[in-house]
Amino acid sequence: MFGFGYLLPPLYSTVCQLTGFNRLQSADVVSTNTRANAKRTVLMQFDSNLRDGLPWKFRATQTTKEVHPGQLVSVSYDVSNDSDRAISGQAIPSYAPTGAAAYVRKLECFCFSIQTLAPREVRRMPVVFLIDTELPSDVRTVTLSYTFFEVPGRRG
Amino acid sequence: MNSMQVVAVSSPAKAVNERQGITRWLISTNHKEIGTLYLIFSFTMFLVGGTMALCIRAELFQPGLQLLRPELFNQLTTMHGLVMVFAAVMPAFVGFANWQLPMMIGAPDMAFPRLNNFGFWLLPPAAILLIASFFAPGGATAAGWTLYAPLSVQMGPGMDMAIFAIHLLGISSIVGAINIAATILHLRAPGMTLMKMPMFVWTWLVTAFLLVAVMPVLAAAVTMLLTDRHFGTHFFNAAGGGDPVLFQHIFWFFGHPEVYILILPAFGIISEIIPTFSRKALFGYRSMVFATCAIGILAFLVWGHHMFTVGFGVGPELFFMYATMLVAVPTGVKLFNWIGTMWGGSLTFEAPMLFAVGFILVFLVGGITGVVLAVAAVDVQLQDTYYVVAHFHYTMVAGSLFSLFGATYYWLPKWTGHMYDEALARCHFWLSIVFFNMTFFVMFFLGLAGMPRRIPDYPLQFANFNMIASIGAAGFGFSQLLFLYVVLKCIRRGKLAKGRVWEGAVGLEWTLPSPAPKHSFATPPVIE
Repeated sequence: MFGFGYLLPPLYSTVCQLTGFNRLQSADVVSTNTRANAKRTVLMQFDSNLRDGLPWKFRATQTTKEVHPGQLVSVSYDVSNDSDRAISGQAIPSYAPTGAAAYVRKLECFCFSIQTLAPREVRRMPVVFLIDTELPSDVRTVTLSYTFFEVPGRRG
Repeated sequence: MNSMQVVAVSSPAKAVNERQGITRWLISTNHKEIGTLYLIFSFTMFLVGGTMALCIRAELFQPGLQLLRPELFNQLTTMHGLVMVFAAVMPAFVGFANWQLPMMIGAPDMAFPRLNNFGFWLLPPAAILLIASFFAPGGATAAGWTLYAPLSVQMGPGMDMAIFAIHLLGISSIVGAINIAATILHLRAPGMTLMKMPMFVWTWLVTAFLLVAVMPVLAAAVTMLLTDRHFGTHFFNAAGGGDPVLFQHIFWFFGHPEVYILILPAFGIISEIIPTFSRKALFGYRSMVFATCAIGILAFLVWGHHMFTVGFGVGPELFFMYATMLVAVPTGVKLFNWIGTMWGGSLTFEAPMLFAVGFILVFLVGGITGVVLAVAAVDVQLQDTYYVVAHFHYTMVAGSLFSLFGATYYWLPKWTGHMYDEALARCHFWLSIVFFNMTFFVMFFLGLAGMPRRIPDYPLQFANFNMIASIGAAGFGFSQLLFLYVVLKCIRRGKLAKGRVWEGAVGLEWTLPSPAPKHSFATPPVIE
């Protein structure tokens, strides 16, 4: 049973992969031929956070954007490493309302991989996504929030 | 189980029986002595944990921070939980198992007497390690008894001491459970089939399986914490691809069966006491057995109800809600069967019966509020409020603890050969139940009004009920000194008890003289 306890992390990982639950770090497969619903507007908000005392600056280039469900949207985030050493970080996304996560289909995102920034490097990173047209009609605002965590042990 | 042989007790090697002093207790392999050791240890730790509770309630007596730094307050709430669960209630039930199981099944001792000794003697070092963590730099762990990551990953050395204490406590529980299961399965007297076993034996059989199944999972969880803290793993760290919520899943996979581990032996005790004082056989024995097994199995399927607010989606929320409400069904069967036993019975209310009937009433409150919390939409409001605190104190204090008090009064005359002071024992009951309700009933309202858990200070609107709770806590705490007095007095002297101490008592232990001889059933009795 002790071994079973240690089996649980990979077990949960597998179940999450199989069910697609909480799949935060891989691109969503979506047909980009979707017709945008011009009659409906969703307000997207873009939030940014840093953790572990990361000596970085991290902010979205635009904090809000009105989008139509089905419309392919590209936004970017600016990140800069203010320290004198190379640091690697992993961005983890989070959505509000939580249910909206299933409807934000990300095709390209800096959160899919670890970002290693050289000392004093400044970078503009894209996020390409679309809101699924099936988004429940009572959702008017969706917030996409990223938190950068330092990935330890990766120096340059 | 009516006519059986009571065999003359023959003592083995003379030297064993003449061990005196420290050696006798250090290397004892006798289930009665080891049972006594467990009970002394657990009551001592109960007083330690209770003192921590009184410190907590003293701070919460009035709004404002008067007595304790917030860090120390959080250490106290954490350690109160760890001590009460792992060092007070669990060892107490094992102590009763040790004393009673061999006598109830007609066995001379537990299956593995030396393992039994080892299992007990792990506990004092574990307790010392746990209490000593208060004096580590940064103090004891303050992450709550549930030790959630990431806070527990960030705590100081006191957390590491707690982790090692939990390892020791866990090993003790596991070897104890193995011993108990082996004893029950293999040492029953001829003719005692599984469906003739006393309910206390049945509930301990199921509990033993639960313990072996889940204590190692807790060990895995705290070991993962240990390596996250010191050895570069990232089970619970998002940066490394882990997840703090994973800790909650692993912990509560242990944690939920744990609370059934804490209550099933209590159910068994109530099932022993009520028939005796109703002078009537237990109503629905078969359904009691099935209900116990059903609770044991369902225990593994409901852990998510401790995690309704982590955001795991509507599907799991519904599943855990339905499964949790389902567990209320076999539990309800048990409550109805106890009432059915009393119905038409010839009732007297000596102290054990007072505690048993009191248990039914207050556990009912605890159980029903559990069903309220099972409703996920309601739990979102009540999660981490005092409603939850009240719920689990009703089930664990009015539940487990009252059953332990009832069991003590019930079997103390068998163990000591003296009747305890009935008037003082009844006094202990009434003081306990009144002060208990004063302390914890108001907490339901505090929770409904929104008072969160684990806070050293609170807004003014919660002041009145907190004051009532603190007064109740003081009363409840000091009433337990009366229990200590009654027990000590009974050990030293009292009216001589018969073999069949209670008129309605049925069972193998009542065929032995009181006090029970050090070695009993050296030859197994024959059960019809």
